[in-house]
Amino acid sequence: MINKIVANVSEACQGVKDNMTLMLGGFGLSGIPENSIAELVRLNVKGVTCISNNAGVDDFGLGLLLQKRQIKKMISSYVGENAEFERQMLSGELEVELIPQGTLAQRCQAAQSGIPAFFTPAGYGTEVAEGKEFREFNGKMHIMEKAFKADFAFVKAWKGDAAGNLIFKGTARNFNPNMCGAATITVAEVEELVPVGMMDPNQVHIPGIFVQRIFKGEKYEKRIEQLTVRKKD
Amino acid sequence: MSLSKEQIAQRIAREVKDGYYVNLGIGIPTLVANFVRDDIEVEFQSENGILGMGPFPYEGEEDPDLINAGKQTITAMPGASFFDSAMSFSMIRGQHVDLTILGAMEVAQNGDIANWKIPGKMVKGMGGAMDLVASADNIIVAMMHTNRAGESKLLKRCSLPLTGVNCVKKVVTNLAVLEITNNAFRLLERAPGVSIDEIKNATEGELHIDGDIPEMKF
Repeated sequence: MINKIVANVSEACQGVKDNMTLMLGGFGLSGIPENSIAELVRLNVKGVTCISNNAGVDDFGLGLLLQKRQIKKMISSYVGENAEFERQMLSGELEVELIPQGTLAQRCQAAQSGIPAFFTPAGYGTEVAEGKEFREFNGKMHIMEKAFKADFAFVKAWKGDAAGNLIFKGTARNFNPNMCGAATITVAEVEELVPVGMMDPNQVHIPGIFVQRIFKGEKYEKRIEQLTVRKKD
Repeated sequence: MSLSKEQIAQRIAREVKDGYYVNLGIGIPTLVANFVRDDIEVEFQSENGILGMGPFPYEGEEDPDLINAGKQTITAMPGASFFDSAMSFSMIRGQHVDLTILGAMEVAQNGDIANWKIPGKMVKGMGGAMDLVASADNIIVAMMHTNRAGESKLLKRCSLPLTGVNCVKKVVTNLAVLEITNNAFRLLERAPGVSIDEIKNATEGELHIDGDIPEMKF
């Protein structure tokens, strides 16, 4: 077994430098790598490009990096929850590339899989297609989209082991599995680090080969963005 | 009387058929789930990674690891499944989802839709909408017929940045049910008590009216 465990979050983030491109898993605030984000804030790396479906909220998730002006460019599909983001974008301080959510996921997946580019119908005829190559397949127009290139992928899983195998929970899975192995170094933080052999290989979502560093997150706030409930009758 | 948002959702729910996999957008479309007949089997897909989405959880039972695409806490129905974002969009682009219901800022008579950006003012992003409208065969738009300034949202051409081209087949508004065909909006039904003239005045795009137009039934 190849041991991927690192002692803590600061060891996990070793080598992160200014102006790097980082992938971060999560959808809204669900399944975000909270501990790694906190460390990126502490390290105060600047000028980074972040590939992440959302940009957090003003005071949590990637919003924390935005507050400190650490992000040069965001590549996302939906950023509606973050007022500071919108302000920085409309004022031109922050460079933003908005892309369709399925394209975002597939560009991660393509990077993970060694597929340099693919064709998708999403965004044809819109500003997303500007400057891109088109091709018709089966009577329908498609746009060529390219695999991402990133230095680090930060993902969050529910359970993991020393081999780097990962299991995700609920809809906190989202982009996390697609980002594993899609960057030069993949850092996985987990809620539970289980002993090797305790994880049923049938249940593993992401095999350890896609993960270079794994650690147990010190704490998880797991903030809920939109609490919606019903009353018991 | 023009319809409330709940009534728009209630009318759209009648388009949901037994055995359908359905993707609901944020806003009015989310409400559709509340009005689907309980004698048919339908599964709701949320593009953040669940098939078989259930109602909101009871107070105190909410789980931060279980949300919908609107980031609201939800539950999973018996038989539900979770998956990653790439697989979720394999369901969508691969046309495994039978019906897509989403909101819009503008719809044009050729089926173009705009719902993600107002240049210089509002940029929230397209989320999964561009993937959905580019691939789905069966798209229903749920929206108000006019904007807050009273201007029509059913246009000859969209003025806002597009989300997709030639894709919308049906529109349900607070005033009417319309089908998009032959580069025009064809009026199918009107909201109870709403006159043809009211609909005409609120529709900037080409409107086709053939014969008597019935009132919506719920």
